[in-house]
Order: sequence, then structure tokens, then C-alpha cells
Amino acid sequence: MTETDFRAGYVQELTRIAPDIEAEDIEDTDHIQDDLELDSMDILNLVTALHARFGVDIPEADYPQIATVELAVAYLSKRAA
Amino acid sequence: MGKQSSIVFSPMDIGSQGTHASQPRNDAGWRDARALIDGFDGRLNIAFEAVDRHVLAGHGAQTAIRFLKKNGGHEDMTYEDLQTQTSRFADVLTRNGLSPGDSVFGLMGRVPELYVCALGALKAGLVFTPLFSAFGPEPIRTRMEIGSARVLVTTAAIYKRKIAAWRHELESLKLVLILGDSAPEGCVALKDAMAPASTSFETVRMDPESPALIHFTSGTTGKPKGAVHVHNAVIYHAFSGRRALDLTPGTKYWCTADPGWVTGTSYGIISPLVNRVTMIVDEAEFDLDRWYGTLEREKIEVWYSAPTAIRMMMREGAEAAAPYDFSALRFLGSVGEPLNPEAVVWSEKVFGLPFHDNWWQTETGGIMIANQPGMTVKPGSMGKPLPGIEAGIVERSGDGLREVPRGDIGELALRPGWPSMMRTYLHEQARYDKCFRDGWYLSGDLAFCDEDGYFWFVGRADDLIKTSGHLIGPFEVESALIEHQAVAEAGVIGVPDETAGEIVKAYVTLNPGCEPTETLEQDIRGHARKKLGPAVAPREILFRNTLPKTRSGKIMRRLLKARELGLPEGDISTLETDET
Repeated sequence: MTETDFRAGYVQELTRIAPDIEAEDIEDTDHIQDDLELDSMDILNLVTALHARFGVDIPEADYPQIATVELAVAYLSKRAA
Repeated sequence: MGKQSSIVFSPMDIGSQGTHASQPRNDAGWRDARALIDGFDGRLNIAFEAVDRHVLAGHGAQTAIRFLKKNGGHEDMTYEDLQTQTSRFADVLTRNGLSPGDSVFGLMGRVPELYVCALGALKAGLVFTPLFSAFGPEPIRTRMEIGSARVLVTTAAIYKRKIAAWRHELESLKLVLILGDSAPEGCVALKDAMAPASTSFETVRMDPESPALIHFTSGTTGKPKGAVHVHNAVIYHAFSGRRALDLTPGTKYWCTADPGWVTGTSYGIISPLVNRVTMIVDEAEFDLDRWYGTLEREKIEVWYSAPTAIRMMMREGAEAAAPYDFSALRFLGSVGEPLNPEAVVWSEKVFGLPFHDNWWQTETGGIMIANQPGMTVKPGSMGKPLPGIEAGIVERSGDGLREVPRGDIGELALRPGWPSMMRTYLHEQARYDKCFRDGWYLSGDLAFCDEDGYFWFVGRADDLIKTSGHLIGPFEVESALIEHQAVAEAGVIGVPDETAGEIVKAYVTLNPGCEPTETLEQDIRGHARKKLGPAVAPREILFRNTLPKTRSGKIMRRLLKARELGLPEGDISTLETDET
């Protein structure tokens, strides 16, 4: 799986959980809580969705590492490898 | 078992209660609690009790609030700083022609300005309403309309996204203050306004029964209700913080609730400051390591949190907490929804102390029933009534209320009259009066009382949804859903969720020509999130051809819920159209 796949998958899950956000409006460095206004339940749902999609188990301590598209792509690429 | 804290209060005999339930009772019985505040000869002001008097007594140099910034670092504010800043803010309001009784709305995250603005507004005798900053434009507008907002304090980003479009339609709104040193057109930069303001503002001496705070709470039908609290409530804030949370002068205290909800104001601003603690305010949202790190680094002694957060900690297991030192902790409290027994057992293992669950509501203004310091904690129970509070379990019968036998389930009711009880629902006297019957205040919660006098929460008596500790009215959510062009009807219920307690789920029927697709489901959810914000909008939407309705056309949420949970459907004699 390439970084492009991780990016697309992450953005797809994110916008499915928070469909008030348009995929094309998301900047790589937008923080999902501070900029995109996801709440903590959204984050838990996102973690579950990423797990189901990529088979990556994300412990709570690592949540900051999926907080932007840029960080998440790097994290998922590393963890899924 | 962990450390026990000493208790300085003895129960008070407040005598028998009057029958005029909706009238504030003669509160002579609260004399002992009143000794905790200063007052001015029959008049008082919450801000004086929380700030000014500590400075006068020589404690100005004590840190009142340590603000933890989202991106690291902190800012400390002493009681003297808080006095200076709140005086400036009170002066800004007065100079702008505002006077006691006018309403100030605060809409921002947990930043220093929020606390200055809340206490400064009270100082000037204005009525303060905190709003949750993650609300969408619709809940914000509704609440500001009901509260006839005169002043709004917010950030430029929130103003642009959620307010600017309708600001001029709200005629009452005279002043919009924007955090920082620049402001959009028609608004005033708070920093510029504060700079020349006077630091010697004299706190307005208020009649104890004059309104101080309005907290909005959801209704099953109709608009949200604005529960009005008066300055006299500070007596109960002082007392209950001391009695139920062990807040003593100098205690290092952390309340994790946002002031947008009543806990974050009563026990996140007023009670701790009145009791002269040093409190921690974290601007950031829940983050496991950040929270454990904060408990350790700040040497938190008393911690007041909520089941949703506790369950999130439990998900990561005890190992995640192992590297941290929690030895400063002496009391843990929890509120918002019932705390499951496992969480109490878990906290004893991880923190060496049990979480003490307690129960109260927006309407009660303060903690009513609690597992109190020094008391045996019964895991899963909300505890016992505080001294001076009389609680009962009642059922409604044809000609009135009657108390049910010990152990039976009924509606949790309280004898009104404590100082922080709401005085009315703003402009809704009839809805307020409906909360009282036969000398009881009816909470709308179902519970039972065991042989030892501990109360146990069972559920809501109405359709309100309890999610992450917040009460959400289905009507407000349904109203937003049917504004979507594809939606014909909507029924909204809460369904159990292991982390949030309940989550909001919607059943909708579509207008002719609309197809129930996944794309449409997302579009409707997106619409609801934009209108309502993520905390209020449904997490899940199901399409139906029809919804179960009564003969009068009311959607039977109760039936949707029973079916969702696989429970008996109960009395369906009023069912006219069934769900398909």
C-alpha cells in the first residue's frame, strides 16, 4: 500500500464520520480536533474505522500521531508495514 | 483503599419544608453554609466571594488558576490578577452602557478570557451564560434568542463561522467582543477594550435573589430551557464544594468539565474559587498521556471528571497509567451519568482511590446526592443526599404524588429550597411550574433508594438523551434533520454506547423521490453536524418508510427505543401508524 492509498483511506474514513467536512477542504496539516472540530467520540470512531480498514491497532497514546493527514499517513505507513 | 479526607461539616437540621414548592423557601436553615461566604449586609455578589474577598484577606498572591495551553506551557493567574482583569472587564461592560440584568454570552474554549468574562460580568451585575464552543450555529442562535443576549464574547474564528451570518437578525445584541487585538467589522477587540479600563471597579452589591447565571438545558419538546440561577446560589456552591468534593483553601484541583455545561461553571469556576483552591484548567481535549501527566506534574489533589473520560482511560488498561505518580491525589469525583461499578474498582487499582459518583442537574445548580468524602463508596450508586438536601423516590398517581416503598423504582424528587435551585425557566413559567408537585421538585430521572439510603440511577423518565454526560433534547435534533430537503420526518433516540453512555441515533423517512443511499445518509448527517455541532448531531441515521406514530401524529420515540434495545413494547394502545 502506498502513501497515496493511506491518504485516500484516511480522508475517506474521516469524511464518513464527519460528513460536514468536504474532502477537498482538508489541508494536510489541519488538526482534526482544533481545525476540523471532531470531538472525542469522532476520534474513537475514526480509530475503529482505521483499524478495520488497515488492520492497524492504534493505542490511545498514539492518537496525537493521527491528528493530521500528514502525521497519519506517516504513522499508518510505518505501522502497517 | 486510599487516603480519607477530614470532614469539617456536621449535618444541619433545616427543619420541615414548605409546600409552596416553586417559591424559594426561607433559607434560615442554611445559616451554617452561609458562614462560608462574606456578603455585604444582606447583599452579595458571586464574583466578590470568588475573587475580591480573597485579595482583601491577603491571599492575592496565591495562584487562582493555572491555564494549560493546548500546545504546551502554561499561564498562571493569581487571585489578584483575576481581580484586576475581572474589574477591567466589568468596567468595559459598564462603559458600553450595559447595566445589571443585561445578559452576556461567552462562547470560546477554556482560555483565560472565558473565566475573566464570566466573573467580570457577575461583578458588574450582569447575567452570564456560557455556551459550549463546539455547538453549531443553530443551538447558539436559539439560546442567544431565548436569553436576549446583549453581549457576546467569542473568537474571530467562531464569529466568522457561526455568528456573522445572522448576527444582525438578533436585535438585542449590542456588543460583540472578540478575543485578541483585532476584530471583524462591527465587533470590538477585547484587548483594546480592556487596556484603558479601570482596575478599581467596585463590585455591584446585588440582591441575593437577582439573576446571575442562565444555563440552558434541553427539553423533550420545544426549545431549550434557560434555567435561571441567582447570586444566592454561591452559598450552596461554597458549601457543596467543601462537603462533596473536599475543596479547601490551597487545594490543587482539576475539574475537567467545560464551562459550557453547568458542571464546568458551578464546579469549574465558582465553587473552587469561592473555596480558594488553586485550580487547573486545560485548554486541550482528552488525551490519555496528557491527562496522566497533568495529574502527576501539577500534583492534583482533588479531581472531578466524568464517566466517558474514565471509560476512555480504562480502555487503555492499567499499564498505561503505571509510569505515573498519582500520590498527591486525595479525592476523585465523577458526574454526568452513572459511573459503572467496574470504573470504581479500576480507579482504586490505578489511582489508589475510588471515584466518588455524584448526581445533580442544571436545574439544581449544585451537587445534591453524592458518595461523599469519608463515606463508604457503593460502586454504581450515586451516594446519599448532602446535609440539608431531602431526596425521595415518588410516583405520580391520579391525585398527587406518593413516595414508593424502599427499593422500588420511581422518579427521583427533591424537596426544594436550597440556595442554588433554579428560580425559573426564562420566559417559561408554565414549564417551570410543571417541575413541581405536592412540595417536590421532580427531576425526570428514574432511580431507587436502597436499605442503606444510597440512591441508584435507573434511567430517564422522558425521552432526553444522555451522551458523554450531556443532556440532549431529541426535538432540537429532529428539527434540524427535517430542515434537510430530503427528510420528511425524524425520530431521535439515545442508544447505549460503552464509552459515551448513549449516542444519538436518528430514524428518518424521506420525501418522495429521494433514495435511501449511503451518500444521502452522510449528507444528512453532515447537514446536522453543521447545524448542531458534533456533540448534538446524530452519529447514526437509519432510513424508514414510516415511523411509529400516535393518533395525534406524535412520533413514538419510546417505541423506537424499545425495539432498538429488544425490550417489551409496553402500552401501544395509542399507536396509529406503525414503523415500516
